[in-house]
Amino acid sequence: MTDLSVRIGGLTLPNPVMPASGTFAEGLAQAIDLNRLGALVTKTITRELRAGNPLPRVAEVAGGMLNAIGIPSKGVAYFRDVTLPLYRGWSPPLVVSISAPTAEGFAELAAEISLPGVAAIEANISCPNIEEDGRAFAMKPASTAIVVRQLRAATALPLWVKLTPNTGEIAEVAKAAEAEGADALVCANTILAMAIDPHSFKPRLGNLLGGLSGPAIKPIVLRQLYQCARAVRLPIIGCGGIMTALDAVEYLLAGAVAVQIGTATFLDSAAMPNIIDGLDRFCDARGLASVSELTGAIRHEETDEEDLSWLSPPT
Amino acid sequence: MTDTLARPPAFETQAAVLANDRVNGEYAHLVVACGQAAAAQPGQFYQLACPAPPGEAPFLRRPMSLYRADPAAGRVEFLYKVTGAGTRGLATLRPGEQLGLLGPLGTGFRLDPAARHIIAIGRGAGLATLGPLAEAARAAGIAITAILSARRPELVVSQARFAEQGARVITVTDSQANSGPSHVERLLRGLLAERRCDGFYTCGSARLLRVQQTLAREFSIPGQVALEQQMACGLGMCFCCVRDFNVGGTIIHKRVCWDGPVFDMLEALP
Repeated sequence: MTDLSVRIGGLTLPNPVMPASGTFAEGLAQAIDLNRLGALVTKTITRELRAGNPLPRVAEVAGGMLNAIGIPSKGVAYFRDVTLPLYRGWSPPLVVSISAPTAEGFAELAAEISLPGVAAIEANISCPNIEEDGRAFAMKPASTAIVVRQLRAATALPLWVKLTPNTGEIAEVAKAAEAEGADALVCANTILAMAIDPHSFKPRLGNLLGGLSGPAIKPIVLRQLYQCARAVRLPIIGCGGIMTALDAVEYLLAGAVAVQIGTATFLDSAAMPNIIDGLDRFCDARGLASVSELTGAIRHEETDEEDLSWLSPPT
Repeated sequence: MTDTLARPPAFETQAAVLANDRVNGEYAHLVVACGQAAAAQPGQFYQLACPAPPGEAPFLRRPMSLYRADPAAGRVEFLYKVTGAGTRGLATLRPGEQLGLLGPLGTGFRLDPAARHIIAIGRGAGLATLGPLAEAARAAGIAITAILSARRPELVVSQARFAEQGARVITVTDSQANSGPSHVERLLRGLLAERRCDGFYTCGSARLLRVQQTLAREFSIPGQVALEQQMACGLGMCFCCVRDFNVGGTIIHKRVCWDGPVFDMLEALP
């Protein structure tokens, strides 16, 4: 038995596998035991009521899918009175994803949802589907700093900042979030993308632009997480195209302390429990006492083959 | 709001293909063994992990409505029309092969035990979704009239099945020029005059839905409609399959996979 627990800032999770925001709701309990998960992460909530984007909201592409759901939200009162009590029925820590159009709005919402039963706040400053032309705070270090500073002042809860892959300066964005008091980073959101139906000449998403997720993005986001891990001391949660336990291992080796699973759950509702079991077996087979030993364990140096034999145990 | 904890479980499983045969020029009939996952109600659906047909790679699973369930035998059946990458992939399945599936999912048809006579009315592939009502109504002691619409007589689905269960079956087709909404409305008004309708059950045609909505309001008869929408998760998580519904004069979104796929007919907007 491997110790699968991980520490993210002040929070200890029973294991490093949790859903990615937007791909999880209580309906998953119809198919799997939610108490097996490392944490529960809500869909992003906003203060204002949002209907979401026009249809179609998803389109499948090679190795993944595009989405432009547009964050339908029933507002804070609904979250407080319905969603939050519902999730008290499960044991994993509840992480609440929030979004707002302004830094002040983010801060007000963070304060409003800093309630008993909320274990951490994940600030979704990276959704490509709500700002015009896919813009998001997390594209630039300066706008990231402003919003994280306000969030930090507004809540005492652990503050996770979800980064966007849609930037050429992700390490600088990560540093800005760290400097302003974030407790952890989530790397990353979906990659801004589009698709056109060549037969009808029409865009395949009602919103025209959307976010690419799934295995197609894993090498890109893995690289970005590695760049962030080199730049900051904060714990980082990897999120991007993880379908299997070995995908999760790659993220841990690159420097992640935990992972979020999204699109994989759409293809197999048991993806998260399967990845948890797979991580356990992976560590067990290599004699690792704790899954956290994998974090940042990527090997750079020249190494004799003998020293590497433990990496590929006989199966 | 949510009835998560009250819903029976959905099972993630590898089903074994027992049969997969063409039934006519457009439809194929898939039979799989899936153990506990076969405990489905009429109107529910499954998420199918369609294999990749040559040259294509369907990424997401495809929702497929239940055609027949035999929970005791651990068997479910689907009737599908080959229209895209997913169903082209399904068509490649041979007996003995495996098919990943999740289900049963969603909220199915509800039969009012006080009803004496219902009308099942649908068109095209929607007739497969209505099929399970044949046995369910009979088991509940409810008489049923089935009005089955298709483009051509050989494409009418579920006709023998409804007849076997003692239903009165009326087929209407485009090629016989009797499938238009006004003719169907005359048929329905005839049945209403005979007091043979305590409820409408429909799937597969926006035009027929509108006819029934009009009559449902005029005669204060309840109705249910099974709706389709592109889906990703099938469990109410991703919100890609929303449709508009008129609930008490307010237009709201509901998720077809979770709040449906069977909805109150009067709330549905075509």
